[in-house]
Amino acid sequence: MTATHRGLLVPADTPVHRMAPQCKVTATALLVLVIAATPTGSYRPYLWYLLLLVALTALARVPPLRLLRRLVVEVPFLLFVLGLPVLAGPPRLDVLGVMLSLPGLHAAAAITLKASFGLLATALLAATTSLPEIITGLERLRVPRVFTAVAAFMVRYTDLLAEELSRMRTAAVCRGANPRWFWQLRDVTAGLGALVLRGFARGERVSQAMASRGYTGALPAALRGAAAPGPMWGCALAVPALAAIGAILA
Amino acid sequence: MHIPDGFVSPGVAIAGAAVATAGLGVCVRQVRIELLDRQLPLAGLAAAVFLVLQAPIIPIGVGTSGHLLGGTLAVALLGPWLAPVVITVVTVVQALFFGDGGLSALGVNVVNLALVPSAVGYPVLRGLRCLLPRGPTATAAAAGVAAAVSVLAAAALFSGEYAAGGGAALAPRTVALATMGVYALVAVIEAVVTGLVVRGLLALRADLVAVAS
Repeated sequence: MTATHRGLLVPADTPVHRMAPQCKVTATALLVLVIAATPTGSYRPYLWYLLLLVALTALARVPPLRLLRRLVVEVPFLLFVLGLPVLAGPPRLDVLGVMLSLPGLHAAAAITLKASFGLLATALLAATTSLPEIITGLERLRVPRVFTAVAAFMVRYTDLLAEELSRMRTAAVCRGANPRWFWQLRDVTAGLGALVLRGFARGERVSQAMASRGYTGALPAALRGAAAPGPMWGCALAVPALAAIGAILA
Repeated sequence: MHIPDGFVSPGVAIAGAAVATAGLGVCVRQVRIELLDRQLPLAGLAAAVFLVLQAPIIPIGVGTSGHLLGGTLAVALLGPWLAPVVITVVTVVQALFFGDGGLSALGVNVVNLALVPSAVGYPVLRGLRCLLPRGPTATAAAAGVAAAVSVLAAAALFSGEYAAGGGAALAPRTVALATMGVYALVAVIEAVVTGLVVRGLLALRADLVAVAS
């Protein structure tokens, strides 16, 4: 995973992009909760979720492949899921000569579907909302200021530190480093230590610079966002509501 | 590795969210007492460092790389109250923006990754520092052991969460053995890296390490 994920955002001017971030974050969280609460063994609701996500993706004019590429993140967990049909208990089912556990198969399918749809839902959020906007949204949702302030600074400096890390690694490679084994760890930890040290030192400098310009701990009003109108909340919450209704009826 | 959606049952997810909220509430109250607002940029930079450290750069063997979990390193550097706040911010952004860990499992992930290092790792670190002789190497060793214990505690907790959720028809013992087996290796790596980084920082800038004093 690289830290710079500017590529995820698909800039456009659509109703989904224009929606206030606090509405989008809330709607996404509720939608994911509805998906995660789908009972194991029922598969028709997922068709309905798919329809809903396809409609939203079309509305936001996001290329579907962009969203699908994100599913790569779940590959390590799928390795665990693959073990379920083999390891879980009876009744067993004969699939191409291999005895597979029926409850294990259902569980594996449910986990894969829920994880994939959860990823697609957050991918749609990330494709239509920049990270600073998401943090503004969280601030409007009354998340304590310690969290949003830390997150705001993190967003501002992540790209910088990621590039510093990649420069350090390029420099190490130029000096002949090629760490492949665990016992060659010393160079890597020295690099990590340097990164931590420089990051923290930068934090101290930033603190002093901001304090000298009169920083008291509050962000300027321009970064705090605006309240969302009622109809916008209605539109946003309609998405998880539709998902829940569809899942119950399906 | 962050738990994706659908892995734990809704009940466990809600319980995890409740525990995470309560734990973070305590941390935020303590941070407000100890942390001055002007130190917020430092905490933010620390969060950026820990987000960047999620890149897989630690060699494990045959070209395979792992990444640092970093929870206990954060506790060693930032103290037991600020570290969970910083790691929570990293975890939330990873779930919302990078797709690492499910939104519905966010509470469980925050408990495992952000609260366990403070609740389990920090007492271990403190205890070892009382037992071991003074000195930077002993402190680094204590941080390393605390990191290993935290990782194993998180793995055990994960097995428990999975068993309680009944997400799949697996015997809890099978899950626990498989998880602990894999994470024993992760714990060793985490311990060595945490120890080495803490040792290096103590030599250069001991004032940046919260547990040094």
